[in-house]
Amino acid sequence: MSEEHRDELSGVETTGHEWDGIRELNNPMPRWWVYTFYATILWAVVYVFFYPAIPMISSATKGYLGFSSRAELQQDLDQAKLGQAQFHEMIAAKSVQEIDADPTLREFAVSGGASAFKVNCAPCHGSGAAGGPGFPNLNDDDWLWGGDLDGIQTTIAHGVRYDGDPDTHVSEMPAFGEILKIDETRQVAAYVWSLTNTPSSAALADAGKQVFMDNCAACHADDAKGKVDMGAPNLADAIWLKGRGEDAIARQVLAPRHGVMPAWQGRLGETAVKQLTVFVHSLGGGK
Amino acid sequence: MNLDTAADPQHVERVDVQPVNAQRNRQPLYAPRKKVFPKRAEGRFRRFKWIVMLVTLGIYYLVPWIRWDRGPYAPDQAILIDMSTRRFFFFFIEIWPQEFYYVAGLLVMAGFGLFLVTSAVGRAWCGYACPQTVWVDLFLVVERFIEGDRNARMRLDAGPWTWDKVKKRLAKHAIWLVIGAGTGGAWIFYFADAPTLIVELFTGQAATAAYVTVAILTATTYVFGGFMREQVCTYMCPWPRIQGAMLDENSLVVTYNDWRGEPRTRHAKKAQAQGQSTGDCVDCNACVAVCPMGIDIRDGQQMECITCALCIDACDGVMDKIGLPRGLIAYATLDEYSGNMNLATQNGTTAVQPSRVRSPEGKFIGAIRHFNWRIIFRPRLIVYAVVWTAIGITMIVHLSMRERLELNVVHDRNPQYVLESDGSIRNGYTLRLLNMVPAQRKVHLSLVGLEGATMRVAELGKDSGRSFTIDVTPDAATNLKVFITLDPKVTTSDSFEFVAEAEDHSDKATYRAAFNVPGDKP
Repeated sequence: MSEEHRDELSGVETTGHEWDGIRELNNPMPRWWVYTFYATILWAVVYVFFYPAIPMISSATKGYLGFSSRAELQQDLDQAKLGQAQFHEMIAAKSVQEIDADPTLREFAVSGGASAFKVNCAPCHGSGAAGGPGFPNLNDDDWLWGGDLDGIQTTIAHGVRYDGDPDTHVSEMPAFGEILKIDETRQVAAYVWSLTNTPSSAALADAGKQVFMDNCAACHADDAKGKVDMGAPNLADAIWLKGRGEDAIARQVLAPRHGVMPAWQGRLGETAVKQLTVFVHSLGGGK
Repeated sequence: MNLDTAADPQHVERVDVQPVNAQRNRQPLYAPRKKVFPKRAEGRFRRFKWIVMLVTLGIYYLVPWIRWDRGPYAPDQAILIDMSTRRFFFFFIEIWPQEFYYVAGLLVMAGFGLFLVTSAVGRAWCGYACPQTVWVDLFLVVERFIEGDRNARMRLDAGPWTWDKVKKRLAKHAIWLVIGAGTGGAWIFYFADAPTLIVELFTGQAATAAYVTVAILTATTYVFGGFMREQVCTYMCPWPRIQGAMLDENSLVVTYNDWRGEPRTRHAKKAQAQGQSTGDCVDCNACVAVCPMGIDIRDGQQMECITCALCIDACDGVMDKIGLPRGLIAYATLDEYSGNMNLATQNGTTAVQPSRVRSPEGKFIGAIRHFNWRIIFRPRLIVYAVVWTAIGITMIVHLSMRERLELNVVHDRNPQYVLESDGSIRNGYTLRLLNMVPAQRKVHLSLVGLEGATMRVAELGKDSGRSFTIDVTPDAATNLKVFITLDPKVTTSDSFEFVAEAEDHSDKATYRAAFNVPGDKP
């Protein structure tokens, strides 16, 4: 125990402890302070009664108000869904062209489409819709099955070469490995490459022109710009779906590979497909 | 047992001990508030405080009702902190959240202003302008009106609970509560359109936050103004503790000039007849009776003193009555006080002797120091004033030169670029045009640099060009999706500028952006 000690200047008793000559006055606390303390205890008791507070074995006590942050979140989500309902109704009632022309609906559709895209489309087309070898880039202006709103909607709704949908886009390039000689394959590859780039040999490319006209022009057109009805790619532009260069072209001529895209109408519903359509069209390449 | 000694108390050993926790020694753990009954003061400082009270309360209660026309796209309340749209309106100034540094600047100015005032005239803020002081003053007006002045209030407080006491107490607390509710009520008018809110408030349609705010501020006003009073200043406020570092020997503080007051006596004539020297203080305790903090200024400068100067008024009144010069309690600096004290005590070697500072005719000797106003222009105060002014001028200049059009650009990261079928490269940008005036405007958006590139604004359709005119929403941000396409045959620098300029050339914003091209550009 420390000794009783009084501070000379104030006459107040000190706590009796001393630190390097410094002592602490033992002044009583103001009474309002202890009242405030009692008030906080009272508050805690009231809180325990109204709100979840005491942890039990499997959960905490529920409290009189039955508050739960999870239920509150669910309420918020329901509220948000309710708020979206009118937009969903309008989207269901309107064509994609009408949606695209209405700034408010367009904004809603682009946001909704973007989130649906992240969940359903990003695995193949990439989160930025930039695609990859064999998976089309949806940002550019080159479209296999049409880049206007209607074309995009049809492709998303019914897919490409998808067995489960009778309305799906169907086209198949024959394997020319059995039709063309290997020299002719080299020639036609050089010719196709020469349309936008410098071929490995000008003579090879010249010879390939006739091969192209005889075998490829039926689908890819005389000018090699492709035919959208058949899903035949434009060969006279800078974009190559499967790979760049004469070797890649030759490989595709000999043994073509074909991508498959599922039909989404049945899975996501028409409203989501419309939103996806407006979103994909808004990426910058839409016609 | 030794039976011989058992009966003899002389043989019991006495212990020298004090019962530490005996009733008579025990210290209370919690001290109750000792009630203070300030007497009504009259004089120049009291008059000045009435004026300050009128002005500050007037500003507080009336300012939300001042109207200021800003056109159809902004509220017409002169001062409005609009939380829902995140705008702060102050007459002709509108502040967006990102311009909060103006508020920070105001706070820095408030800090330096407080330093300036405190080093010059002590705790003038506490004594005159602090809300706690002003509202306690207001509550005391009510208390005096209903219960009478100091003596009547003390009698009433000590007396039994008669019907008259109950009536007076009920009336007092009811008026206090009304003032409290008015205080809380006025506060919320700064955050919403006052005429609309007052109707909603009384018809039960206002937001819950409004009612909760009114309730909390009513409670704090009532408790702080009616019950806690000086305890707020002494126990809760940090400023009394900080002021010790702010005051210097040239700061004006309320001072009891004991060099002319001591030795104090109530029977001056008798003492003088007996040949004793007497000071000017007649020990009437008028200074103690008026003090709202319940202290005695004659103990010297102390933490509890808020320098409200009411003791000066009280003492001056007494000095006038007994025909002595005013200023026994006065605003004085420590410097001049110490000088005079040294004169009166012969540099501290004796007790105060009035004869040392007075001539035999009763006049003060010439060596007595009085307040010299030139002391205000000492370096410390000049530095505070210069900093305060510099921040103020900087803010005004910045405010007058600020652009009310802002452009923020986010470059698309995924994909970084897009190869188009003709071999050109396209980059995407999200532009945010902030039209910070409450008016519809046309803004020219153009590309500067990046020769051979064209721009397309998705919201405006399929047209390409290097300049577009955009209708921006009043007092809001307009989002634009912009695509820039660079011709493959053109090779230029990859850095360029978006320039947005209001059609009337009043505001201009530029943003330096990058253009990405693939490493294996064809």
